[in-house]
Amino acid sequence: MTVTMTRPKGDAEAVAPTPPSRRYKGFVERRPGKLTYLALTGLALFSAFPLYWSFVVGSHDNGVLGEVPPPLGLGPNLFANVERAFGTIDFAKALANSFMVSGAITISVVLFSTLAGFAFAKLAFRGRNALLVMVIATMMVPTQLGIIPLYMLMAKIEWTGTMYAVVAPGLVSAFGVFFMTQYLGEAVPTELIEAARADGCTTLRIFWHVVLPVSKPAAAVLGMLTFMTAWNDFFWPLVVLTPEDPTVQVALSALASGYITDFSLSLTGTIIATVPLLVVFVALGKHIIGGIMQGAIKG
Amino acid sequence: MKNLMYRLDVKGSPYLYIVPFFLLFAAFGIFPLAYTAWVSLHEWSLLSETHTFLGLQNYRELFADEYFWNALRNTAQIWVLSTVPQLLMALLLAHVLNQRLRAPTFWRMTAVLPNITSVAAVAIIFAQIFGKDYGLVNWILETLGLGRIDWQAGTASSQIAISVMIIWRWTGYNALIYLAAMQAVSKDLYDAASLDGASSFQQLTRITVPAIRPTIIFTVIISTIGGMQVLAEPLLFGGGSMTGGSDRQFQTLSLYLYEVAFSRFDFGYASTAAWAMFGIIVIVAAINYFLTSRLRRS
Repeated sequence: MTVTMTRPKGDAEAVAPTPPSRRYKGFVERRPGKLTYLALTGLALFSAFPLYWSFVVGSHDNGVLGEVPPPLGLGPNLFANVERAFGTIDFAKALANSFMVSGAITISVVLFSTLAGFAFAKLAFRGRNALLVMVIATMMVPTQLGIIPLYMLMAKIEWTGTMYAVVAPGLVSAFGVFFMTQYLGEAVPTELIEAARADGCTTLRIFWHVVLPVSKPAAAVLGMLTFMTAWNDFFWPLVVLTPEDPTVQVALSALASGYITDFSLSLTGTIIATVPLLVVFVALGKHIIGGIMQGAIKG
Repeated sequence: MKNLMYRLDVKGSPYLYIVPFFLLFAAFGIFPLAYTAWVSLHEWSLLSETHTFLGLQNYRELFADEYFWNALRNTAQIWVLSTVPQLLMALLLAHVLNQRLRAPTFWRMTAVLPNITSVAAVAIIFAQIFGKDYGLVNWILETLGLGRIDWQAGTASSQIAISVMIIWRWTGYNALIYLAAMQAVSKDLYDAASLDGASSFQQLTRITVPAIRPTIIFTVIISTIGGMQVLAEPLLFGGGSMTGGSDRQFQTLSLYLYEVAFSRFDFGYASTAAWAMFGIIVIVAAINYFLTSRLRRS
């Protein structure tokens, strides 16, 4: 599996990989034609359509949806529906919870991954290779299958229904450690560490003054990926939280469950849940793509 | 003294950097998974304080459990229905993206846009699109003169709807993984093939696919693990029902686990199901590993 992890070289290179056009005796590498762009435009529409559709349904009154033909454009009711969604489920609390949980998990994962990644990439210690193999192996383990004892544990320490229960299992990530190990292995020159040691620097000072500044771009990418994963996490929060004090995804699920589904309402909920990440994605998409291409693992 | 401190720092302190990770991962990752095995050997319910030791009784029951086999069959069918088209489309898409495009970042972003949409949101949106009465798909079918389909009611139709959700969410993501691998393939190979008159599709099947075969196998393993965990799509497609349809026609293994654990509160039996799923993943991963190492040797 390690073969697929392209070596991280900083996000700049990963997102700008196309080499300059090369010439062979008057032969210039062909530029893709109109057909390519047509296909890509089709793909873009296919990707965006369900999200657009959530805006269509979410901006209409429920009654309008039964008409033939169904409305294909935006309607006038978006804000009324948003208001109704906030009235049905405490979305304000859900959004605050999701920000808090995802933020805490992100900070923790980035910190502990950078620490461990530094040790694995640049320090020599007994058992290093065996421990690193363990980290890589655990990346593949679906920890979701341990959900029952995890629930029992949370019940025992009376954390069920609280955000602690959601944050705790997300505090570290094997993928994060692997990601930072790969990055720091290439980004920090070993000679620099040796020189610092010769000058009498302790390991901690090396970490602080040499490693930490270098790790920033990779830490940012890991942070974004972690935040998105935590924001979208579904099963565990659903199990351990209640609809009275939910994350956004649990609130969504409560809104969409029941015998009669109010689609205008539940699709408005999906808009509320998706827009914060969409904003992040549009602003930082370039780096997120670089991160995925540097070797992301489905969470 | 100073020398001793130095040696302690060099030899001992590395462990301090990895200890937080291993402690937390052991507590919230490995311990629950291992303890699941212990629970699975007991009659263990949320409501009772006593846990009678049953030995392998739960496993015998599970292997005779019609609902378990039904869920396994559904999971396997949804896995095939979603993974095969998903990975083929991802390969084609990556091939298209692997050119000197204008605005490459924009096109890549449109490809992963579905992946940043939460699985709950995807399931809810598609449940509406595949709705019986007001769904978009049925409106199109009717306009084309074909009949409406009650997507939820049938086994095939419901599993197709669920697979479409998975395909939509993951195709672009896998395409990016393939694209990353494709960019490591030497450009000279393509230039030579172009000069020899090989078509773009021939370049894909003759050069690209063999070159990135390890990545393809990797994505197959990852989608297998992901496929075993499909839960939100059938749960929300069925309006929050844990049974996955009136005849359990789209109940997946994860959904069955959820039902046994948090509707019947039978933790012992649910743990048995969890370990069976773990076993299936290990077997599939082992087969894949075996195939990969054989490929490497040949």
